[in-house]
Amino acid sequence: MQTTICQTVANPSLFSAESFVGLIFLVTVGLIVSGAIMAIVSKRLVRCITGLAVSFTGVAGVYYFLLSPFLAMMQMLIYVGAVSILIAFGIMMATPEGEDDASTKGNGIVGPLGIAVASLMFAALTILGVNTQWKAFPRPETAIGDMQQMGFMLLTSHSMVFELVSIVLLIAIIGALVLARRGRN
Amino acid sequence: MILLNLYNCLNTYLVLGAFLFATGVYGLVSRRTIIGMLIASELVLAGASMNFMAFNRFIAPDPSVGQIFTLFIMAIAAAEAAIAVSIMISVYRNYKSIDTEDIVDLHG
Repeated sequence: MQTTICQTVANPSLFSAESFVGLIFLVTVGLIVSGAIMAIVSKRLVRCITGLAVSFTGVAGVYYFLLSPFLAMMQMLIYVGAVSILIAFGIMMATPEGEDDASTKGNGIVGPLGIAVASLMFAALTILGVNTQWKAFPRPETAIGDMQQMGFMLLTSHSMVFELVSIVLLIAIIGALVLARRGRN
Repeated sequence: MILLNLYNCLNTYLVLGAFLFATGVYGLVSRRTIIGMLIASELVLAGASMNFMAFNRFIAPDPSVGQIFTLFIMAIAAAEAAIAVSIMISVYRNYKSIDTEDIVDLHG
């Protein structure tokens, strides 16, 4: 596993395997950007949730490029498969008839102000990330971050958090059932 | 061809995470319905996860920690989405609306 911050291939030919991988990466970035924009500016809620699913699919592809196929699979299972479908069911059950638009707030100043705040945050985070001199820590040869090491750490050094997350999920399941049942006749 | 070598650079992933975060913040500010705000908050969480994964790949001494943290973020996000959708259904049952400007009983 490489630990350099930004390694450059000397002079890759346009038709080499590396260039093809780079092209696939650009496609996944395009999926993320177009899906996120679709989820934010679309007028109908169904299109918003479709854009969110497309964006999450792109994020799964980027996780694959970050050398973590397990997280890519989990992203597809949990986000694209569960969370998006859950929100889609929420849209179906809790949207008033004929009022399926998710347009922005009525007050005219909110839209431009939101764009200003968001672009300011984007610019600040980008400048901060690009201008900082990141320095890679030395990495032992044995630390490769595969599923076996992750499982070992989940059950030894991170076992407390692991158990707490399971309790949080249990409480969330019971709470969701109680909240959604209340008021039914 | 620097464009085809972007996937080897840390900065690419940082900019991508910042973009996801910024779109999520814009959606949280500008959306009128609860579902739209929930969708935007999922984008914010995706941006945070992407930053964790990028630093995990390029900088961290142990490449398991960032992946485990991203798994925990996924679990919390799933719990949050389930609770938010059930609250939304409950609100819709009482108010017949999911518009944030209609839910003003505590307005004072």
